[in-house]
Amino acid sequence: MKIMNKRTGLIALFVLAILFPLIFQNDYYTHMLTLSFIWAIAVYGINLLAGYTGYLSLAHAGFFAIGAYSLGLLTVKAEMNFWPALVLACLITSVVGLLIGVIALRTKEHFFAIYTLCVGYIIYLVIDKWDGLTGGVRGLIGINAPSNIGPITFETAESQYYLVLTFLVVVIFVIYRIVHSLTGRTFLAIRNSEELAQTIGISTMKNKLTAFVLSTFFAGLAGALYASFVRFIGPDIGSTAIMFDLLMYLLVGGIGTLSGPLVGTLMLVILSQNLQFLQEYRMLIFGPILTLIIIFYPRGISGSFFDWKRKRRNQTGNVLKPIKVEEG
Amino acid sequence: MEILLQQLFNSLTIGSVYSLVALGLTLVYGILHIPNFAHGALYMMGGYITLTMMTAFGFNYWVAMFVSILVVGLIGVLLERFVFRLLREAPPLHDKIAAIGILLFLEAFAQFVWGADFQTMTSPYGQVVTIMGLTFTMQRLLIIVSAIVVMILLYLFLKKTFTGASIIAMSQSREGASLVGININKVAMLTFMISGGLAAIAASLASPINLVFPGMGHLVILKAFVIIILGGMGSIPGAIVGGYILGFSESLGATYISNDYKDIIAFVLLVIILTVKPTGLFAKGER
Repeated sequence: MKIMNKRTGLIALFVLAILFPLIFQNDYYTHMLTLSFIWAIAVYGINLLAGYTGYLSLAHAGFFAIGAYSLGLLTVKAEMNFWPALVLACLITSVVGLLIGVIALRTKEHFFAIYTLCVGYIIYLVIDKWDGLTGGVRGLIGINAPSNIGPITFETAESQYYLVLTFLVVVIFVIYRIVHSLTGRTFLAIRNSEELAQTIGISTMKNKLTAFVLSTFFAGLAGALYASFVRFIGPDIGSTAIMFDLLMYLLVGGIGTLSGPLVGTLMLVILSQNLQFLQEYRMLIFGPILTLIIIFYPRGISGSFFDWKRKRRNQTGNVLKPIKVEEG
Repeated sequence: MEILLQQLFNSLTIGSVYSLVALGLTLVYGILHIPNFAHGALYMMGGYITLTMMTAFGFNYWVAMFVSILVVGLIGVLLERFVFRLLREAPPLHDKIAAIGILLFLEAFAQFVWGADFQTMTSPYGQVVTIMGLTFTMQRLLIIVSAIVVMILLYLFLKKTFTGASIIAMSQSREGASLVGININKVAMLTFMISGGLAAIAASLASPINLVFPGMGHLVILKAFVIIILGGMGSIPGAIVGGYILGFSESLGATYISNDYKDIIAFVLLVIILTVKPTGLFAKGER
């Protein structure tokens, strides 16, 4: 019965997502949702690394930018078709991620955060200063929308919405499978105690690297989709401001939970769209929220919701020390 | 040769500012093991408060700086009391994220109150002086001298006073310090106050030769992180030496390599250091 409920809930959500553009017929809403789905894909990538493996990378806006610029340059300057360019963009990002990961993952905790922060800044500076390749501050204009697959075109807002939705669903499914696989359990073991994981014979470096490369792959995918959706990219998409935005989506939604990235991204993107008048000052509210959430609700909205549900379920029994079940 | 000397002098100025910022960062790291990402925002607040005191209230430069030290020091204390103390038992990830939240808030706050424009701070020491073929403004000389004075005072405070000794004790071992009767909470708040004060001094000194704007702390804090990794996280002499080393390499890099990429030097330096030695130079113990 329990599983049925969950499954029907998920199906209802999915049907709602499919029907959304048909019901509202509003390009603005569709556009906004598409954009938040793209961000959510990137946040899922960060979650896999920060939430499940315990390594806070602050370079992911950089990887997002690498994905976006790879796609932009391949389609605009090399005049490639969208689909092979998309695959290549993800591959390029993953290869860069692999190279950086091999070195970055030798560091731990604070060093890792600072190291990746600097790597992110270097990526941003290189994009900003390398005028000849990236167009510098002027950015890259005229990126094409995804090219047709047979009779399906991606010119309208709705078709792009469905394209991104498909990618998002696939990404969530893949992440779900990863998290519930042995590899996912290994990531959790590393997060909970790296020494212990090593002691029981887990090759921590190999697994950390897997998590890192996977998470850069998702960031790159999101970046590539972003480039083809917005059709203009500037160096700003690699800036720390974007990184902190993504981090906030993750934290508010729930770090280390499966639904957190989607919940957080949707909520905050919609919220900040409605608070347009404070666009520049939105951090006056979101900054303290971020700090308060990490102090009082470190598992974010999703995590706290599932904790609360579990507590209610266990209320009859003795719940002195609830076992930490990863749910959400 | 003259260019080189001039550059060396300039690097002393930049290095002094870096050292002061890095000192604040390293003190907090040494005591609480928090990489305070909000430290750059404290630096920025210091610049703005000094500027406001001078323009809106017509205070003298030094009085304005004093007010700024007090205010930013107080912000530091509040951060320790209401944010970091609550996170003392939490995983290290949480401290970093909380610090980022504070950073975002302070920046938005500065933009809200003072606007996003670049502002200049006019210092009373704008005179140009020429000594032995070197041309510089009094302000630059002032930066170097004040920084050294502050460093000496800090050293004396840490080594010669009882309160200073308790900070050192706590950085060596929190449990040990607590066992011999040191009030950990008080020491942590004091450290945050000193750290904020140092940031305010650095910002007030550097603002007349740079500009005041909400993002002025970004590069400075990143570079300060590079410095304390270079000098060993938590090491006080390391922060000072590291600051000057970075100042020198940047000035020389800007002259002899490329002015466009001078900001990248620090990060490349860091990436190289951590690549060769993942725990940073001069790391103590197993971590």
